[in-house]
Amino acid sequence: MKPITYSEIKGNSSQFYALVALLAAFILSALACAYYMEHNGHVVTGMTNQIVWGMPHVFAIFLIVAASGALNVASIGTVFGKAIYKPLGRLSGLLAVALLLGGLVVLVLDLGRPDRLIVAMTHYNFKSIFAWNIFLYVGFMVIVAAYLWVQMERRMNRFTKTAGMVAFLWRLILTTGTGSIFGFLVAREAYDSAIMAPLFVAMSFSFGLAVYILVLLATYHGTGRDIGDVVIGKLGRLLGVFVAAVLYFTAVQHLANLYASEHIAVERFILMDGGIYTLLFWLGQVIIGGLLPLILVFRKTADSAGLKRAVTLASLLVIIGGFAQVYVIVIGGQAFPLSLFPGMEVSSSFHDGTISGYAPSLPEFGLGLGGVAFAGLIVLFGIKLLRFLPVSLAGSAIDPHHQLTAKGQ
Amino acid sequence: MSRKTKKSKLTETGNFDPSRRSFLGTMATAAGVTLAPGVVLYGITRSSSAKARALDAAASSEVRWGMLIDLGRCDDGCNDCVSACAKENGLRGFDRPETDAQWIRKVDISDPKTGSSKSLPVMCQHCEEPPCVDVCPTGASFKRADGIVLVDKHTCIGCRYCMIACPYKARSFVHEVLEDQKPHAPRGKGTVESCTLCVHRVDADQQPACVEACSDTGGGAMLFGDLNDPDSEISQRVAKYASQQIRADLGLNPGIRYRNL
Repeated sequence: MKPITYSEIKGNSSQFYALVALLAAFILSALACAYYMEHNGHVVTGMTNQIVWGMPHVFAIFLIVAASGALNVASIGTVFGKAIYKPLGRLSGLLAVALLLGGLVVLVLDLGRPDRLIVAMTHYNFKSIFAWNIFLYVGFMVIVAAYLWVQMERRMNRFTKTAGMVAFLWRLILTTGTGSIFGFLVAREAYDSAIMAPLFVAMSFSFGLAVYILVLLATYHGTGRDIGDVVIGKLGRLLGVFVAAVLYFTAVQHLANLYASEHIAVERFILMDGGIYTLLFWLGQVIIGGLLPLILVFRKTADSAGLKRAVTLASLLVIIGGFAQVYVIVIGGQAFPLSLFPGMEVSSSFHDGTISGYAPSLPEFGLGLGGVAFAGLIVLFGIKLLRFLPVSLAGSAIDPHHQLTAKGQ
Repeated sequence: MSRKTKKSKLTETGNFDPSRRSFLGTMATAAGVTLAPGVVLYGITRSSSAKARALDAAASSEVRWGMLIDLGRCDDGCNDCVSACAKENGLRGFDRPETDAQWIRKVDISDPKTGSSKSLPVMCQHCEEPPCVDVCPTGASFKRADGIVLVDKHTCIGCRYCMIACPYKARSFVHEVLEDQKPHAPRGKGTVESCTLCVHRVDADQQPACVEACSDTGGGAMLFGDLNDPDSEISQRVAKYASQQIRADLGLNPGIRYRNL
C-alpha cells in the first residue's frame, strides 16, 4: 500500500466562500441572540424557573457529546490498529475539537452571567461534576491537539499510538462526565441513574460518527476527491453498531425504571402520555434515529451511489434522532415535576406537581445554530489551512486488502 | 478566640450573648443595630477568602440554625410568611408566574387515597448535605458554618445546575432586570437565589421575617432557633414531639422540620 498523501483543500471557489459567509452569518446572528438574552435576561427565552435548561443546552450537549464521538474514528485507526481508519484520523481529531468548541460557546453564552467566565476558570468546587467537566473539556482539547500534531508531524509519528490511547481514554472519561451531569442528580426521577454515563458514551459514538460521515462525504463531494465504497460501507456499518448500542442502553434505562413502581409515573410521562416528549421519544429517537438508520446501513445496496445515499441518509437520521433524544432527556426530564411529597397530589403558585410547558424561543435556536456554524467554520478553516484530508480515499489508496480482494474476485 | 467565646446561644428571649461575637457586637453597636451592618458583614464575610476566615468564624459550626413548622397551626388560606418574605427581601413579581422568583411558597398537598389535605410553606430547606452546594462549579452555592445555605452573588455564573439539583425546587433564577433592591438582600439578573433564612436578620439577632410574621399575624406555626443548642426551644420541641423532614429519604438532613405533616 502506498503512503497516504494528505493535502489542504484549495478553498478558493465561490461555493467555498459562500459557505464561509453563510456560517459567519449564523455565528453573527448567534452573537446577536446571546446579546439579546444577556441584555434582557432569560425572560426573553422560553426558559423558566421550571425548565431552567432550554434549547441552548440541547444544542450544547449534542455538540459536546458528538465531539468525543467524532474522535472515535481516529481511535479505531491508532489504538485498535485498523489500517483503513488511519487516513481518516486527522479529520476525526479536527472535528472533535471543533464540535467541542461549538458546544462550549453555546453553553457559555447561555449562562446567566457569561461575563463571569473568568470566575468559572478561577473558582473551582471540586465536588462538582460541572467543575470536573471544565478540566475534562480543556484537557480534551489539549490532548487532541497533541494527538493531531504527532499524527501530522512525521518526526513525531512514533508517538501516535500513545497519544491516541491517552485521547481515547480521556474521551471516555469526558463523556462519562457529561452523562454524570444528569446521572448524579439524586432528586430528578428522569435522571439519577448510573446508566446515564454509558448511555451518553454510546450516544457519543453514534452522534459523533454520524456527524463525521456527513462532514467527510460533504468535503469529498465538494472537493471532487475520491472516496471508495470500502470506507463508506465500513463507516456505515460501524454507525449501525453504535445506533444499536444506543437503543440497547435506552431500553435498559427505561426497563429498569419501569420495574420500580416509584418511577412508573415518570416513565409513563416519557413513554406514553408526555405529548411532545413521547412523540420525540418514539418517532424521533427510536424510529427516525434508531430503527430507520439500522435498516439503511445493514440492507444490501445495488451500487455505490445507493450505498452513499443510504449511509448519508442514515447519518442525517441519526443526527435528527440524536437531537430528539437529547431534547427528551434535557427538557422532558425537567418538565416532569419534582416529587416533594411522594404519593400525594401537590399544587402551588410555583408550579409544584404540574407538568411544565416549554416553548423554545427564536434566540435560543439562533444561539444553538451559531454553535453548529462555529464548529463548521473551524473545520472549514482547518482543512483549508492544514493537511487534514487524504487526497484520495478510494479503496486502492487506503485499503491494504484491496489488491488481494480484487485478485480473489 | 477560644472555642468558648465562639459558641453562640440564642436565648429564649432572643437576646444575644455578647461574648459570642465581640467583633459582631462592636460593628452592630457602632451602626446602631440597623440593617446596614448586616449588609457590611454579609459582604465582607463572602468577598475575601483570606480575611473571610476570621469573620467566618463568627458563623460558628457549633450553631445549626433551623426551623420547626407546625402544620397544625398553619392555615390553608394564610400567606403571611410568603408576603413577609417578599417585603423583607424586596421580591416583586412581574406578574409572570413562570419566571418570577419565589423564595417561599405555600404548597397544598392532599392524599388521593384518603382525601386528607394540608397546606405548608416550603422554602430552601438549608440541608446539612445540600446538593446545590455539591454541584455548583464555582462554589458560589455554599453553606455557612451555622448551616445557612446561601448563594455568593459575586461568583454565581448563572449556570442553574443548582436549580436542577435541588430536590425542593427552592431556587429561582433572576430572569430580568431588577430595580429598587433591598441593600441587605442583593439580587442580580442572571444569578440564582433562594431563601437566605434572612441571614441579615439572624446575624443581627433577629428572627427571619417569615417567622416573625407568622408569630405576629399568622398562626404562630414557625419556630426558629439553634438545633445544636439543647436548651433552645426548637431543640426541646423536636426532642419531645415527632417531626418530619421533606424527602428525608434523600439523607440530606434539612434544617427545616415540620410537625403534623
